[in-house]
Amino acid sequence: MKILILATLLFIAFNAQAQIDTTLLRRTTADTSKRKMNMDAIYNRPMLQSGKLPVSLGGYVEANYQHLGTDGISEGHQFQFRRLTLFVASTISSRIKFLSEIEFEPADKEISVEFAAVDVEFHPLFNLRGGMIVNPIGAFNQNHDGPKWEFTDRPISAEKMLPATWSNAGFGVYGKYYQNRWLLGYELYLTSGFDNTIIENEFNRTYLPAAKANAERFEESNNGEPLITAKVAVKNTRFGEIGFSYMGGIYNKYQEDGFKLDDKRRLDVFALDINTRISKTGTAFTGEYAWIFVNVPDTYSQQFGNKQHGGFLDIVQPLLKDNLLGWRNAVLNLACRLEYVDYNVGRFKETGENIGDEIWSIMPAISFRPNPQTVFRLNYRFQKQRDIFTNPAVNTAGFSFGISTYF
Amino acid sequence: MNKNHFAVIGLFLLLITIIISCQKLEPSAPAEDSILDGPVENLTSAQNIQHLAGDVGFNGQVFTAATGLGPVFVATSCGSCHAGDGKGHPFTTLTRFGKNDSLGRNEFDHGPQLQERALPGYAPEKLPVGTSFAKFTPPINSGLGFIELVSEDDILAMAAGNFNNPDGVRGHPNWSLLPTYIKIRPGSENQGNRYITRFGKKASTYNLLHQTILAYNQDMGIASSFDPSDVFTLLDTDPEISDKIVREVVFYLQTLKAPIQRDQHNSDVITGKDLFVQIGCESCHKQTLKTGISPVSALENKEFHPYTDLLVHDMGPGLDDGYTEGSAKTSEWRTAPLWGLGLAPKSQGGQFFLLHDGRARSIDEAIRMHGGEALVIKNRYNALQENEKQKVIKFLNSL
Repeated sequence: MKILILATLLFIAFNAQAQIDTTLLRRTTADTSKRKMNMDAIYNRPMLQSGKLPVSLGGYVEANYQHLGTDGISEGHQFQFRRLTLFVASTISSRIKFLSEIEFEPADKEISVEFAAVDVEFHPLFNLRGGMIVNPIGAFNQNHDGPKWEFTDRPISAEKMLPATWSNAGFGVYGKYYQNRWLLGYELYLTSGFDNTIIENEFNRTYLPAAKANAERFEESNNGEPLITAKVAVKNTRFGEIGFSYMGGIYNKYQEDGFKLDDKRRLDVFALDINTRISKTGTAFTGEYAWIFVNVPDTYSQQFGNKQHGGFLDIVQPLLKDNLLGWRNAVLNLACRLEYVDYNVGRFKETGENIGDEIWSIMPAISFRPNPQTVFRLNYRFQKQRDIFTNPAVNTAGFSFGISTYF
Repeated sequence: MNKNHFAVIGLFLLLITIIISCQKLEPSAPAEDSILDGPVENLTSAQNIQHLAGDVGFNGQVFTAATGLGPVFVATSCGSCHAGDGKGHPFTTLTRFGKNDSLGRNEFDHGPQLQERALPGYAPEKLPVGTSFAKFTPPINSGLGFIELVSEDDILAMAAGNFNNPDGVRGHPNWSLLPTYIKIRPGSENQGNRYITRFGKKASTYNLLHQTILAYNQDMGIASSFDPSDVFTLLDTDPEISDKIVREVVFYLQTLKAPIQRDQHNSDVITGKDLFVQIGCESCHKQTLKTGISPVSALENKEFHPYTDLLVHDMGPGLDDGYTEGSAKTSEWRTAPLWGLGLAPKSQGGQFFLLHDGRARSIDEAIRMHGGEALVIKNRYNALQENEKQKVIKFLNSL
């Protein structure tokens, strides 16, 4: 009997070995360096599929070395494992799909589901999406995969002003329309949203990313009010894409158990994003700028501003595209990111003078892509940051080297 | 291997070179005499650790509703009012109001400090109609540990030294009532239940623990075991900050370096300093004081140059706001330490906001606003030729 069981187990094991034979794994390649519309970013990822299984797997990883200093104080050698992200996608039926993105960020001791939504296609112009949704504010929030970018850090305006990656539980619709060289896309979602921490936080400024710490928003809305996110984007396959997006709603907890706690206070965010490429030189431009308006009580501290704006522009110039070191069609790029954020737009009531709290950064970079899914990048950041009183800027500069790849 | 391979290999070599030379491509430290923050020299490792912990408490801890802020308040953190440990800005200037009786009780329940900001959902305090008030700009923190260690005998000696001052300079220590959590220094002078106090615009706080607890409670609405009162309800509540953090912040303040003078060998600065002394400014703005014994050897028995006598002086009707603390009269203000004066614009947004409430927008204007006991000396300053005035100002800017 034992021999029979052992033989059966061995037979299963040999077959199991055959099951994970990599020759059976089919790679669904996506050239992630050539973007489709930004709204397609979550589908425009390389995935692995096994045989006829309806499930695809994928992900990406990001790791960096960094040596930065601020006004003579060096952080020394820093080795960073930024994140490991896993994708699981499934085609449930011909017009029902599921896609998820699970992110591990060891430094934040965080495992978070950033995206997990079911898409139901009724018509190319009308698709229903429900689940955990990445709000389409600007372009970076949806298009944030590390291997797509030539820089080790996410843009300051996208991560520290807008709260990339910002996702919420909710529902909505999206669609696309094609006409010759033109693509028109739209998205409209109702989700849970922000809370009082955007103006009551330890960052001592109006800070939308503070709301990310509230995991309860995936189960219970802070105030019962929906956050509306809408985006319209137009793309011409020759000239590039431009997107206009809006996100807004009541952010604060203004009542509880029927008792009024505060007035209703709104948050409104407007964003403009572009990406284009000069076909003659191959120079690519990707940028995003956002304006934030927050109803902050007049009697609260001006430390917490009621307006913010900021954005970034990435310029990427391919220098070489050849067979390099055994990699076919490897690309060497020269790039530069320009960034600016004003966290507190306004004037002091006491003096009528400008409130500071601003940051500028210039980040030249060299990136090497042995293939479209993998990038090695060397960045030099030069950054200036002024405090609320516009006192002399704090200077930060240094190098970072990193690798990021889809797998 | 073709030229492209060489290009890629060359880039990797460049990368290695860059990493080796990283630190040289990072911003250099500002000159030590151009900044106010940083510890006093020669602290032990253990004291450095304590100083750093206090730095986190002072500059890194931002209070929120969840951690005890308010609900009515003036500022959200210590560092909000003292950028880079420097002077404050009109945005962080606080208002104190009302009259105190002989027992130190303010005529209003909600005093003496106006809680002019409030968490969402709450209303801030309003200044009672018709009451007298004064605005106080936050001071420089640097060198406070040295000032704390000046002996009371020296303070009393400076007061006694003015007895026959021909310019009419007098001055006296402020004698104040102390909260129960203050541990009186052995041999501390007293007038009944009042003691010599030395910190603040009116010299109304006894030591840096007193000053720190007052700031936590009155500026941020943070209750502690030292002062458990809630600024909103006026009732005692649970501590919102640990004794450990309070002690660390006090140690941080005690061990901040003294401001360092710049350009002291410049001929104009030297002439300006001579004129400063000749016209009598040093009657109050005493150049050199000394510390006594201290558990921190880096602070012990040191001479330092704060340009103050820690006494309160009658500054005349122009600076009489009708508000006071301790035994100081409403027109009496503590001689402002002048060290770090030239660095004030680095924490005041590139401008000067001088005197107790920031009303003077230049050093010259601040001098010209002196009155009372300083009137004779101010008139001597006014009588100086323009280039001499500029040298005095250049000297003051070097501090």
